Amino acid sequence: MNILVYLEDRNGQIRKPSLEAISAAHALGGTVSVAIVAADASALIEQAKSLNVSSVIVASDARLTNYSSRAFGRALAAIAKEAKADVIIIGATGRGKDLAPRVAVRLEAGYVPEITALSIDGGEILATHPVYAGKAQMVMKVTTPIKVFSTRPNLWKAPKDGVTGEPTMQNVAVDWSDADFKEHTKDLVLSQGKLDVAEADIIVSGGRGLRGPENWPLIEDLAQAFGAATGASRAVVDAGWRPHSEQVGQTGKTVSPTLYVAVGISGAVQHLAGMSSAKTIVAINKDENAPIFSIADYGIIGDAFEILPPLTEEIKKLRGH
Amino acid sequence: MNIIVCVSHVPDTTTRINVAGDAKSIDAAGVKFILNPYDEFAVEEALRLRDKLKGEVTVVTVGADNAKEALRQALAMGADKGVLVKGEKKDSWQVAEMLATAIKPLNADLILLGKQSIDFDGMEIAPMLSELLNLPAVTVAVALNIEDTKATVEKEVEGGREVIEIDLPCIIAAQKGLNDPRYPSLPNIMKAKQKPIAEVQGAPSAARTEVVQMTKPEKKRANKIFKTDGNATHAAQELARMLHEDAKVI
Repeated sequence: MNILVYLEDRNGQIRKPSLEAISAAHALGGTVSVAIVAADASALIEQAKSLNVSSVIVASDARLTNYSSRAFGRALAAIAKEAKADVIIIGATGRGKDLAPRVAVRLEAGYVPEITALSIDGGEILATHPVYAGKAQMVMKVTTPIKVFSTRPNLWKAPKDGVTGEPTMQNVAVDWSDADFKEHTKDLVLSQGKLDVAEADIIVSGGRGLRGPENWPLIEDLAQAFGAATGASRAVVDAGWRPHSEQVGQTGKTVSPTLYVAVGISGAVQHLAGMSSAKTIVAINKDENAPIFSIADYGIIGDAFEILPPLTEEIKKLRGH
Repeated sequence: MNIIVCVSHVPDTTTRINVAGDAKSIDAAGVKFILNPYDEFAVEEALRLRDKLKGEVTVVTVGADNAKEALRQALAMGADKGVLVKGEKKDSWQVAEMLATAIKPLNADLILLGKQSIDFDGMEIAPMLSELLNLPAVTVAVALNIEDTKATVEKEVEGGREVIEIDLPCIIAAQKGLNDPRYPSLPNIMKAKQKPIAEVQGAPSAARTEVVQMTKPEKKRANKIFKTDGNATHAAQELARMLHEDAKVI
């Protein structure tokens, strides 16, 4: 089985979800190759050498400085053909979720998005895809010869760095047309130093129990003590206290962190759907009947305003700050 | 401006999901279906653009007869007409395929849709339509500005935003934040009943994926819940200790 993993980068660095996708590929067994699509691939090629993969296949062109979905889709499909890939795995980042279905269409391949598990059973590849924001999950089978999957961030461990392999190197000539560049990224504006809730290992989320945006520093302080991203309930986002990019739940982001701390969140069914796959769930709420407690591993029934400051101090101590 | 909006008819967000007897789908009995929330942003954006630039908004959906309810909801918001593509959908490729076939002859200047439907959460339709219709596309759009035949779109990405320039005709998939969708007024709900809904028969190719099994995730939780009992500091220390020693997450 030939497995191809797309290496996404930001500022010349391979992104963690791509590394996790490599782990998912290795766990399937078979020969693992990686695909690089970039204007200047040199830095990525260097990084790819320490990933314990069989080959590195590159499509390069000056016009690829910024992401252009159709141009990247064409390139990745060409690489997949060159690699004779049976399986293509892409980290389910914003870009990955744009790229994977395109490549699937170009290769006439079935695609299962945002999978949370991948296994082989009786020679058949089975992929688990959560639906209804995690209220249910489907075990899926792809019935075409080529199979495309995108892996939800945070569920596979990134491979250990420093395993130097001797992958074969290959360049692929891609037949781009001007039409492939009718859409291109002009600019990327990052909010400095902010962890994104979709990729964070630990999330501290606040709800209406915080009473107002002026109390948000309590959430941010605890998040900082944990090294966590901040999240928010829909009520808080709809009230304009927090941007929708932080919303966790059915019309926000579905997250799978190691630890999810819900503060002042009662736990509407839409919110529970978005975070119930977290490994460990902590709830802090005044109302002992809040539904969030029914799915929590640990919880304190009490006033968040009294609990958060000493909790922040304790976490700082434990993490050696 | 000729604007097409693709919409989906999905279970309400407050619905608790139960797996049907076939163990491959949900039990639809008693489930309330709504217009996909992300599609509301797409419909709203289409209406604003139509009112600014003149033209027409056509909403298209794939499904059985009951999917007309989603079309009616979009028509009640102010869309001009609807198209129901009748067809059984076993995977998103088939949905994209049936949408593409129905949209192709309509000569759209702009195709809008929600970034994902809240049932299968796949985020696949916009990129698939982009490939099937040979049109550029931007997903997860939180801002859209159109000047002549060029659009500038802001796309939400991890930890920030991308600014993307795109030529029309194109496909834009809406994210929450793009606008505030209007509520249909009672007169508009009445008017929507008179608006035309065309029906076409979809003929998708064979499905490329198959559901082996659907289950509800059941995870055992430690469920160690305690009260502060007037000593919040002690409770906080106890929680921190549990996270460290018991759960080993810090």
